[in-house]
Amino acid sequence: MRLDLYARPQRSTLREILAPIGAMIVAILIGGIVVALMGRSPLEAFDVYFIEPLSQSYSLQAIAVKATPLILIGVGLAFCYRANYWNIGAEGQFIAGGALGGWLGLLTHDGALQGALGSWWILPAMMILGALGGLLYAMIPALLRVWLNVSEILTSLMLVYVAQLGLDWLVRGPWKDPSGHNLPVSVVFDPVAQLPVLFEDGSLHLGVLLAPIAAVIAAVVFAKTLFGYQVRLVGSAPKAARFGGFNDRAIAVAAFAISGGLAGLAGVVEVSGKIQQLLPSISPGYGFSAIIVAFLGRLSPIGIFIAGLVLALTFVGGEDAQIAMHLPGDLTLAFQGVLLICVLAADVLARYSLRLTMGAKS
Amino acid sequence: MEQTDSALAGEPASPLLAVRGITKRFGSFTANDCVTLGLTQGEVHALLGENGAGKSTLVKMLYGLLAPTEGEILWQGAPITLPNPNAARALGIGMVFQHFSLFDNLTVAENIALVMPQTVKLNDVPGRIDQISRAYGMGLEPNRPVWSLSAGERQRIEIARCLLQDPKVLILDEPTSVLTPQEAEKLFETLDRLKAEGRALLYISHHLEEVKRLCDRATILRLGKVVGTCDPRAETARSLAALMVGTQIAEVRAAGAHALGKERLVVSNLDAPSPSLHGVSLKHVSLAVKGGEVFGVAGVAGNGQSELFANLSGESLAPRADAILIDGASVGGLGISERRARNAGFVPEERNGHAAAPDFTLSENIVLTGHGSNGLTQMGFINGAAARAQSQKVIAAFDVRKSGADPLARTLSGGNLQKFVVGREILREPALLVINQPTWGVDALAAATIRQALLDLCARGVAVLIISQDLDELFEISDRIAVIHTGELSQALPARSVTREEIGLLMAGMPGAASRPSESAHAP
Amino acid sequence: MNFNPQQIQDILVIIVAAATPLLLAAIGEVVAERAGVLNLGLEGMMIVGASTGFAFAYLTDSTIVGVVAGILGGVLMSAVFAFLTIGLATNQVAAGLALTIFGRGLANLIGEGFVGLKRTGAPHLYIPGLTDLPLVGRLIFGEDFFVYFAILLTGAVSYWLMRTRAGLTLRAVGDNHTSGHSLGVPVRGIRLLAVLFGGACAGLAGAYLSLSYTPFWSPDMTAGRGWIALALVVFASWKPWRALAGALLFGGVAVLALAFQGLGVPIPAQLLNSLPYLTTIVVLVVLSIRDSRGALAPASLGQAFIPDR
Repeated sequence: MRLDLYARPQRSTLREILAPIGAMIVAILIGGIVVALMGRSPLEAFDVYFIEPLSQSYSLQAIAVKATPLILIGVGLAFCYRANYWNIGAEGQFIAGGALGGWLGLLTHDGALQGALGSWWILPAMMILGALGGLLYAMIPALLRVWLNVSEILTSLMLVYVAQLGLDWLVRGPWKDPSGHNLPVSVVFDPVAQLPVLFEDGSLHLGVLLAPIAAVIAAVVFAKTLFGYQVRLVGSAPKAARFGGFNDRAIAVAAFAISGGLAGLAGVVEVSGKIQQLLPSISPGYGFSAIIVAFLGRLSPIGIFIAGLVLALTFVGGEDAQIAMHLPGDLTLAFQGVLLICVLAADVLARYSLRLTMGAKS
Repeated sequence: MEQTDSALAGEPASPLLAVRGITKRFGSFTANDCVTLGLTQGEVHALLGENGAGKSTLVKMLYGLLAPTEGEILWQGAPITLPNPNAARALGIGMVFQHFSLFDNLTVAENIALVMPQTVKLNDVPGRIDQISRAYGMGLEPNRPVWSLSAGERQRIEIARCLLQDPKVLILDEPTSVLTPQEAEKLFETLDRLKAEGRALLYISHHLEEVKRLCDRATILRLGKVVGTCDPRAETARSLAALMVGTQIAEVRAAGAHALGKERLVVSNLDAPSPSLHGVSLKHVSLAVKGGEVFGVAGVAGNGQSELFANLSGESLAPRADAILIDGASVGGLGISERRARNAGFVPEERNGHAAAPDFTLSENIVLTGHGSNGLTQMGFINGAAARAQSQKVIAAFDVRKSGADPLARTLSGGNLQKFVVGREILREPALLVINQPTWGVDALAAATIRQALLDLCARGVAVLIISQDLDELFEISDRIAVIHTGELSQALPARSVTREEIGLLMAGMPGAASRPSESAHAP
Repeated sequence: MNFNPQQIQDILVIIVAAATPLLLAAIGEVVAERAGVLNLGLEGMMIVGASTGFAFAYLTDSTIVGVVAGILGGVLMSAVFAFLTIGLATNQVAAGLALTIFGRGLANLIGEGFVGLKRTGAPHLYIPGLTDLPLVGRLIFGEDFFVYFAILLTGAVSYWLMRTRAGLTLRAVGDNHTSGHSLGVPVRGIRLLAVLFGGACAGLAGAYLSLSYTPFWSPDMTAGRGWIALALVVFASWKPWRALAGALLFGGVAVLALAFQGLGVPIPAQLLNSLPYLTTIVVLVVLSIRDSRGALAPASLGQAFIPDR
């Protein structure tokens, strides 16, 4: 028995858009089967996961808030992945950015540092510090890869565990709220250090605007600028990139810098807009879910924007399903994994046709 | 000469291995169209055709690597199927590949043991290799890793691997493309011997002189079809070439003698250690190319050509800035973009992946080497319209065939992509052009277009340096030829008067040209 | 600080125990990578092995059934991976990540009903007289079968890779799949078997964690060991016996953390827990400095293979 791949002669934009949609449908079907195996109604689960969250204002806002870090990180990952550098440590860069930006929130607690200049500068500074924290943390795997050819997959991933442990120590140790009854939490940020909410009694904070802005800027960079051209070239044909006179090492470092910076920005946005303090864990795995978002969006910023919203929908739906149907949260994670598998398969099918032949083994 | 479709008619004895009406299609592309051919014992049969004629596809079917779409393969008159190379080897068909199917990081013995039948024990293999190596004068050492061996030695491994299975049929795919003339002669002696032992040999080549020396019969393929069979010894190279190509290709004409300008490229004592593991270091390389001349660098693959190109282009920086001068300026420490800014153009050997990005469009590939020039980029943004316009100019000027308005580079055939990447540099109007393997794997028409373009370029006063493994090409268009061997460059000798023997000796590392007066590499 | 022989033996035993899952997973990955396939889904396969292993062992009250279930879990996961990367020639990095993310979700789902439950760990060898020897008795003669099997596996794979025809063929495929295909070697079939073997080893490693190392299941209990095993393969230069040495090194680092905590050394627990991960980075850096040209890796590692017909 043999499975053969034959390259399709023409690229078809229609097929390339249908592929992730097809993948989504297949993944939902598989999810439905699993839910049925767990003794629940697949139709009800589909309703709770995908339909209901779209019908209420508070859950729509929750989707936007959840999508923001996914999109920001995903757009950053697009730069790395298109250059063929596999930054798996976005989760760690998210934490590093959230910690560094959040630190300013701690410093300005109770009106501190708000004397002569007032407090207008705090939020922008936190955003910058957050991006900087993620950027610097991403420089570790970047420079190790560029200077010493150390696998960035392994180093960036190891650093995720280090970042998680580091934040855990900070929040349980030096950054613990002294008046917090020994709970492992930091002080709550002053309102001037929290991203303002856009609508009354909603959860939608200012930070959500950053996601579409980042996606649009990235789309323009990839399509129209020489830098975006270089990033795509380095990933597609590195010898040609050097032949073109481009510095492939500098581009690698830049790609990691953008990726880490956006992940760190996402971290401080989450900390300042949603959590409003520092906790031992500030991410339910956004850095890893963003990898799925990046592939689901086929590494294109606009696609990532849409994919981020879709995945945020599954997160919000998953939380609702935990309450309403007692379905475990890990089901969402497993579903996301299945979705990525289906997306990868669909991507191949968009570019190749398959033929299964029985008989002579080769 | 017979121009029949069936080569089986008029065969002296019944063929050992034959194909009848073989057709192979890949999607809508027909690689072989109703091919019929027969091999008899004790015969060396040439399969002639230029690049893209379908020769490799046909022999892959004879070796079980591809399945025919239509037609039959016959062994001793009876139809058979060959589902995989194991079946072909079991019958007694052996194949020596053009690009060597060897494993660099394994030893000679391990490479050979892989295809031996299960009944042979691993420990016995080195002994058998010694036996056959002595029998045929091959000089193989079983425990050496393959990466440390030269092209000629690697080919002998391929041949020994086949011989150890005592093949009745041996197929050789362009075997001399990586050999010096002397090594090729040694190969021919071995082949003569195999023929005398009663084996059938199928010899694929597009080198007509070799075929005339070696082969009893020839089948000529053009665009997948058999266009004739003949006895090559009774034909001339011109008539064979005409059959291969179908039309009379206009001979490439030099524009006549023209005055040479000043030196545009000067390399002095370039010593460049190789950065990669299995690379070649350059030692004391010196040369000078004047405006209006074509300087050819001959050599067997793997003797430093890539390293030389990289040092000239700026992809590798030279140890001393003044080791390389372009129009008098020291550029050794400058990268490729700066050298392009000094009006130099470069075309590397590998068109898909190096000269062009295969998954980028043609207009995007214009930006690849042209982004430093005016008009293609403005303040970091790419001017797509200007890139497309320039791409159209190249396509029109060099007759690049493609499908679609701005297709991906990898959808072009070898010849058309090569015309594009060469034309891209020529239209930038360089003062110096360095080009590595200008027509490797390119069909004859495109090759002629490219060579004519290079001659026209030098008639305009441009200095052209060509690195090539194709001696015919070098003799056709160079003014002077030097030979690179293990990273050292010989003196440059005038192309009109030097002989192939002398070049061949230099390619093998034996300085035999010392006995005649020759120009030095630096003309004053 | 004085250690008595009992304490020294305790430490050595823990080092071996910590090294075992790393070694099992690494041996499987060595075979896969020698065939040219980079399996980043190792962590996902390991954790699925841990949860299916514990679940089946608890339900049938049989460690053997748990072991088989763990192995099968790893094999099924790696079959999906093989379909993606060998059948569909997908990017191996992306596919591996997909399997890891999926594996973590799936494993936690399976293990959900078993959190907090305990069962007796796998039995340890006991030979009267030998096992009671001071200092080395339990170390050599008192381990559970996973440990002995891991050592045997190392030896068997090493012999098979370097001295048999099949092992040579696998190494050839990892060196140059195009040449292999030209000679009629079934490249994809060999890679499939190598990947399935790797999945089985990963599943077994996971089962060891939940059946012997700590005989219970807790979510995310592999804690990145699959990733460390990947680094171990590089550290071992793709040679099985060196993987054994490397596993002991990493096992030692993990134990160091525990020892310091036990001795009350005032280093924060989080820093000690991060030692294995930091050590992995340091080891990779040192390796890269020594072998800066990457000459030891199988040459076709990570490259997709699509034969034409």
